Amino acid sequence: MHVPVLKQGGYLIASVQSVLSDADLLQLRDDLAERVGQFRSRGVIIDVTVLDVIDSFATRTLRAVAHMLKLRGAETVIVGIQPDVAFAMVQLGLTLEGVGTALDLEEGLAYLNRLSKKNVKHGK
Amino acid sequence: MENDGTRVAINSNADIVEARQKGRALAIELGFDGSDLTLIAAAISEIARNIVDHAKTGEVILNSASQGSKRGICIIAKDEGPGIKDVAKAMQYGYSTRKGLGVGLPGAKWLMDEFEIDTKVGVGTTVTMKKWLH
Repeated sequence: MHVPVLKQGGYLIASVQSVLSDADLLQLRDDLAERVGQFRSRGVIIDVTVLDVIDSFATRTLRAVAHMLKLRGAETVIVGIQPDVAFAMVQLGLTLEGVGTALDLEEGLAYLNRLSKKNVKHGK
Repeated sequence: MENDGTRVAINSNADIVEARQKGRALAIELGFDGSDLTLIAAAISEIARNIVDHAKTGEVILNSASQGSKRGICIIAKDEGPGIKDVAKAMQYGYSTRKGLGVGLPGAKWLMDEFEIDTKVGVGTTVTMKKWLH
């Protein structure tokens, strides 16, 4: 199912609405890479609260999205990974190394705000 | 095994989603709950993806399982693909012949209680895995 991407100030919010096939995940990756340029976004939040499984492909794709967007000048934070999903990911040895994570949408916004403040301080 | 189980044909990556949703539904029916449901769905996802990546097509068969007083779920992933030349290597964490993370088969094994691979080069691969109710 297609993932809607909303613009919220300088950020984009991709809110996953239902289970995602591999093709949906790749579509999301391409959508975000394009929209970050279109809206000149500095940060992207991917809300995966509804996902009941994050398997190796999903993990790899989320990592790829975050790294791609970083190359496009935007920070990514994944929010809403459920306790059971986190447990299964640990069992599978899956990590989201190098990718920001936060508890929920609110914490995700706070995470991006902190990052952008830091960048302003350092004159980036 | 009480019946032939639910068969899900795996022809594309969209079928992976169907296999894990049906697996989850059966697991609920059999009495699994909480994190076990996620673990079972994740294991199905990995072995179904293994079919798509290596054999292109195959099927996942979902069934109840029993052994003595134990009750649980049995998941079989079957394909007539190229087979696995070196099973020990394929079961090594981080080993992948393709673009994957090399997590699929060893990962699925960790998530389940029992895991068996029967494979023959040029004939195909059958993965049988079980999880018991605690």
